[in-house]
Amino acid sequence: MTMLKLNSAAELEALRAKILAGRDPAKPCIAVCAGAACDGMDSAAVACAFLAEVGRQQLGERLELRTTGCHGYCERGPNVVVTPGEICYFEVAPADVPEIVAATLRGEVVERLVYHDPASGAKAVHMNEVPFYKHQTRLLIGDNPKIDPMKIDDYLAVGGYAALIKALTEMTPDQVLDEVKRANLRGRGGGGFPAGSKWETTRNAPEKIKYVIVNGHEGESAAFMDRAMLTGNPHKVLEGLIIGAYAIGAQRGFMYTRHDMPLLEKHVRNALAQAKEYGLLGENILGSGFSLEVELHFDVGIFVSGESSALMRSIEGNAPEPRPKYVRTSVSGIWDKPSNLNNVETWANVPQIISRGAEWFTSIGSEKSRGTKLISLSGNVVNSGVVEVPMGTPLRTLVFDIGGGVRDGKTLKAIHFGGAMGGSIPARLIDAPLDFDGMSKLGAPIGAGGLLLMDEDTDMVEVARYLMDFLTKESCGKCVPCREGMQQMLQTLTRLTEGRGRQGDLELLEDLVEVTGLGSLCALGKTSGDPLKSMFRYFRPEYEARISNQAANQAADQAAAGSGDTK
Amino acid sequence: MCEQKIDAIIEKYRGQPGSLIHALVEIQHENHWLPREVLQRLADALEVSFSQVMQIASFYKTFSLTPKGRHEVHVCSGMTCHLRGAAKLLARVEEITGLKAGETDADSRFTLETGACLGSCSIAPELIVDGKHYGRMTPDQAEAVLKSYE
Repeated sequence: MTMLKLNSAAELEALRAKILAGRDPAKPCIAVCAGAACDGMDSAAVACAFLAEVGRQQLGERLELRTTGCHGYCERGPNVVVTPGEICYFEVAPADVPEIVAATLRGEVVERLVYHDPASGAKAVHMNEVPFYKHQTRLLIGDNPKIDPMKIDDYLAVGGYAALIKALTEMTPDQVLDEVKRANLRGRGGGGFPAGSKWETTRNAPEKIKYVIVNGHEGESAAFMDRAMLTGNPHKVLEGLIIGAYAIGAQRGFMYTRHDMPLLEKHVRNALAQAKEYGLLGENILGSGFSLEVELHFDVGIFVSGESSALMRSIEGNAPEPRPKYVRTSVSGIWDKPSNLNNVETWANVPQIISRGAEWFTSIGSEKSRGTKLISLSGNVVNSGVVEVPMGTPLRTLVFDIGGGVRDGKTLKAIHFGGAMGGSIPARLIDAPLDFDGMSKLGAPIGAGGLLLMDEDTDMVEVARYLMDFLTKESCGKCVPCREGMQQMLQTLTRLTEGRGRQGDLELLEDLVEVTGLGSLCALGKTSGDPLKSMFRYFRPEYEARISNQAANQAADQAAAGSGDTK
Repeated sequence: MCEQKIDAIIEKYRGQPGSLIHALVEIQHENHWLPREVLQRLADALEVSFSQVMQIASFYKTFSLTPKGRHEVHVCSGMTCHLRGAAKLLARVEEITGLKAGETDADSRFTLETGACLGSCSIAPELIVDGKHYGRMTPDQAEAVLKSYE
């Protein structure tokens, strides 16, 4: 088949109409999740079994099959969703497939595979009844079950690239920029910096050559929502990037992501190729006169390469060492050209802001943090997975209503946000709202959105040691306070966990946290002590106990040794 | 080995210093490690100094400057894996293979790696062998899994 290059918005809309005309919404569709966790539970075997069953019975005319990105409820994978009706089946095995196919053709439900409340046994058949899903607002991730990430037509069928059309045909770059600024879209990568201001800086920078970048590095431990987004719906992120490039006046874009996720690479490569084929990338996009090329780059396995200046060095082909940011990367980034970097989720928000407007966007969320936030919910939680809720949602909703509380009937001790440079807050703060500024004040900044529950058995000293161990291996080594300061903190924390704490260790740690924070160039060193700060704020007695026990033991040992000598 | 494939990768990027990382990633994926002689040829072809190639090759964790075993055994050390018992799993895998993280056995059967995070936290703790995920692994199950790799 020769593919058409679309030369105008009208041609794209005509193609969309043709795709939709060829689809019957009443025809049952079985969507098998191939997200990272489901894939790990061999959802591929389930998808193969469906394919074989449909082939065996020659059901192609009566039944649609789709392999999709992450649905969200990773804990209960492999996930299967049947439309119409969004019937959710959990922990599906290849052996369940004939029964699901037969029931679907009869318009029935396989009761034994739907959600059962663990306490009451009550069933929930449809997605909007399942507790994990029903408290969410799935604006970004909600399309995942409807899309085969390898098929651009699936994205067009859910209204994809309509925002790009609107931006290119009805809006000037300044109007696009203004819309994003008025939406107060804040960067989802960790800092919460207003994306519109950043775009404006790059737009106004004097150089003519400008770049836009998707940061899909996601090095934060136990954060997996950006991967779910980019692997499951790559065109949404790409559409946001193209719109941003138009507003900023960039001619070239980069997608920077992980090298160790084969599906992610496959889907993004394919999305870029399809967009190019359709004329949504390349010269004169949809006849607008605007041109953009986008290429794919990979991190090669070090956390610090997610830092913006390090990431840009890496794209240039150099070692990813951060540089001082007296001049921002939005003014001087890749090859010293103005380079605007946002993370996956930030870009994914752009199409809906353009389609539905800043007023709509600011009607969701809390006063200073608008829109929804993707959260990776994991740790000692009953229902782990990818969650999307409006900003301002109380943590209690995330932890209990969606997450189902703590595993194995234990009680909640702490909530940890933001990975190795984040912080832990005690269970009593569970009613705090999910909000950039509020959570930062509490000492557990949202970061990219990795939320971990820690149960009553969690040793908070060991958690701090574990996080510091992770960071020492990820420092690029350029700044001495980061490279050596973290080593010293790790040694001290290791001593504490091994019961060899000394008097003065906590004061030493506090000093090291301060100096490393002040003396390091990039966020890795600057915030390496943040988990410890939160620990000292909320869990200090646990740390003191390690010292006093030890000091007491030492005193006892000395006394024993002393009495031995006198005998 | 796959000399021809390596040569093809080097040729593809000849004269493109900015493609150093791309070339190294492809050679690493193809050959599983980076022999010194290959790095020298790459430096010549891309017109970058050998020291720069070594800087990149030794800096990133993905690249290996020593040969790896036939099977790459990876125990995820991400936070959720950690909270859900990765330490016990790793201890058992170390015991079975006789290796510490980063090591390869004398028969070149296994290379043991740790690292975070592969993003399938919901099925923690995880053992990954040659890219295949074994979720919710117990120390006992790990033995059976590893036995199936010769």
